[in-house]
Amino acid sequence: MAHARLLPRQYTILLMVSLCAPLGDSCLSRGMTSLPPLSLAHPATLIAAIFTPWIALGIVLLIGFFACYLTALSWADLTFVLPATAFGYVIVALLAHFWLHEPISVERWAGIVLITLGVSFVADGPSRTERPGDGVPEQSAAPIEQEQPR
Amino acid sequence: MTIPSANINPWNAAAMIAAVVLFSTAGEVLTAAAMKSVGDLDEIRAHSGLKGAIRAVLTCPLFFAGVSFLALAFFSLLFALNHLNLSLVAPASASLTLVTNAVAGKIFLKENVDRRRWTAAVLVCTGVYFLAH
Repeated sequence: MAHARLLPRQYTILLMVSLCAPLGDSCLSRGMTSLPPLSLAHPATLIAAIFTPWIALGIVLLIGFFACYLTALSWADLTFVLPATAFGYVIVALLAHFWLHEPISVERWAGIVLITLGVSFVADGPSRTERPGDGVPEQSAAPIEQEQPR
Repeated sequence: MTIPSANINPWNAAAMIAAVVLFSTAGEVLTAAAMKSVGDLDEIRAHSGLKGAIRAVLTCPLFFAGVSFLALAFFSLLFALNHLNLSLVAPASASLTLVTNAVAGKIFLKENVDRRRWTAAVLVCTGVYFLAH
């Protein structure tokens, strides 16, 4: 079935989603593992953890991820965006292994490769479910502002 | 450096990952529904600028419902990372979320989850088994 190709800027958005999420997760992990074990009995300690440097950096990266993610969801299906950004799993594994020095067994490597293989070819399909009337531009919820002449 | 997940009960680990998956799925489906209702952000930004795009998102009630669940998923993730390895939590929760999102996307968002996407979901499940093995 023929389907519209994504534009280069849309591929860039998907790449940003793939990069920012694992980088942010890695920063969060680095921050959280350096803290003493937390308990649900003391939820305030979880809030305080947000203001430690690694976790703060992780949050900034995840905000960047979220902005790109929202943009992608505005022109593609949820079930397209998630598989299309699956390369992030490989990045997580590499970061966890080489940066956080976490042990990754052969089985885990196989799982990560299998996941990436399984979902990567989904990106070759249509990015959005075709519906009757999709050819007609939908009215945006956003008010269109008129440019003011200088 | 200690390995966080070395002494954790497998059922506790599963519960932590399940909490992340459930909250993430609810949040992502609601957020996707919100963005579908808003329209193409790139086009909105081209017409109304960045402020217009931000306003379009922030004036959508579904978006805040989605963000609330994503916030719950985030704190569940922080809690899980405090007890489990990143190389287990991140791929397992993200991959399982992919499967639950495929189901939720078909049911709630009426997305065309075709054979290609279902096959991917099965492969992901197999991959998760290897990850947790």
